[in-house]
Amino acid sequence: MSGNIDREWRRFTPRQRILRFGVYLAVAVAFGLALRSIEIVPEFLTDTPTQVADLLVRMWPVDWGFLASTVIGAMVETIHIATLGTITTLAIALPIGVLAARNIVTNPVVRFGAKLFLVASRSVNSLVWALFFVAVFGPGALAGTVAITCRSIGFVGKLLGEALEEAAPGPVEAMTAVGAPWPSVFLKGYWPQVKPAFLSIALLRWDINVRESSVLGLVGAGGIGLVLDSGGPWLRSWWPSWRLSSSPRWP
Amino acid sequence: MDALTRRAIGDVGYPVAWSGWVRWLLERYGNRIAWVLLTLYVVYASSTLGFTPARFFAGLGHGKVFVLRLFPPDFTSQWADIQHDMLESLEIAVLASVFGIAASLPLGLLAARNLMPAWVTWPARLLISLSRSFHPVIVGILFVKAIGFGPLAGVMTLAVASVGFIGKLFTEAIEEISLRQVEAVRATGASFSNMLIFGVFPQVTPRFVGFSLYQLDSNLRNSTILGIVGAGGIGGTLLAAFQRFDYAIVCAIVLVMIAMIMVGEVVSEQVRKLFQ
Repeated sequence: MSGNIDREWRRFTPRQRILRFGVYLAVAVAFGLALRSIEIVPEFLTDTPTQVADLLVRMWPVDWGFLASTVIGAMVETIHIATLGTITTLAIALPIGVLAARNIVTNPVVRFGAKLFLVASRSVNSLVWALFFVAVFGPGALAGTVAITCRSIGFVGKLLGEALEEAAPGPVEAMTAVGAPWPSVFLKGYWPQVKPAFLSIALLRWDINVRESSVLGLVGAGGIGLVLDSGGPWLRSWWPSWRLSSSPRWP
Repeated sequence: MDALTRRAIGDVGYPVAWSGWVRWLLERYGNRIAWVLLTLYVVYASSTLGFTPARFFAGLGHGKVFVLRLFPPDFTSQWADIQHDMLESLEIAVLASVFGIAASLPLGLLAARNLMPAWVTWPARLLISLSRSFHPVIVGILFVKAIGFGPLAGVMTLAVASVGFIGKLFTEAIEEISLRQVEAVRATGASFSNMLIFGVFPQVTPRFVGFSLYQLDSNLRNSTILGIVGAGGIGGTLLAAFQRFDYAIVCAIVLVMIAMIMVGEVVSEQVRKLFQ
């Protein structure tokens, strides 16, 4: 009995404590190594105040004529790219999300294929997708829209698959018990349960896509970024110079 | 409802007022109207952007050539560069996460409405939402202008992005804590810092670790593209390879990138489980 009373209470098991300590250690080591080996050019830092002052001075006065002539049109194009990309994404991600849901598709090979597709789509940044599609379709909004679609499929498909896996099995079992065919089971059993989640995922992704499509123009895929890249009033003078000098491997 | 009741309450079976008509139409045909509007929008937007089937299919032809030139990936001829830049991307992600998380911890605390007075929370909230308001690439452009090309600009950019994201979520997590534990600690006569350490932090640590891991993941993804605007990492090499039409090297870089991101995802999943 006395052994029980004297025993010290600890929140974590020794194994947990060691593993947690290992994580902290790994973070500290990674931080130290990164800090030591990252290449910082101190000369660039000396003229930072001049550069910032230059940036601020040349931002003023704002060129309102340019706003009316170019920026608004480009902004509308950006929003079109994001919206069209999102709509196409929803159409493609819906079936793939269904294929990735564990409670709907029992075949592990199909499910693994769908998951792999979603992960691959997600792992490539939308700017990299845009580089690909600019090479395929040429510069312009089409490349941007397809890039946004390819990046979003992984996101929407993953979240939709998870929402489907969380759906309550009751309504679905009721539908199958009365002998409903598969489309009816999906439309009346699963869909009403995941519809709110689906709409909120779609809106969230649209929001992200508006943000991302605004920089796609930097690689030539249409939208406001193209205007920013070709030198809005405040970028023009320094932009081309770094393109030539930034990398010794430049062709 | 039988006919007699309908007549008694004046229901003639169709709406009589304008607002009634609108509601009736929406209830009856709302779905169909939404689909038609959506289709009209898609047609209109695609025509303003100049999408034509001819262009799309011509693109598919180019796409085939492009994909054929992607393979086999060329890992050998620029391997030293790829390795160096990939490591640089990783370093940018690690440093930016550490600095960003370290900065957002006090900032999130200052922005929590249930712990701080309004004159402290407003500036902190403003700073956090300011850090979140631009895409990292645009912040990257500004930092490249200010502190020159190279990984330092990338670190600063992603640190700002981390402050914006973690600061907001951490603030929300603190605002959702149970105040009973805080009151209990306070009742023992604890100082403010003791109240934070024993009353507040234990309640938010698991969520904070979750946010931090998510941010590390996200920084890893973003550090691979910042090179496109000159802020260090693999992105510059990738863009250079694209501009040389050196698609075999492009393929190698993208494959290495995907591998690194997937490893990152697996590791962060394991660590998250450990801290739940």
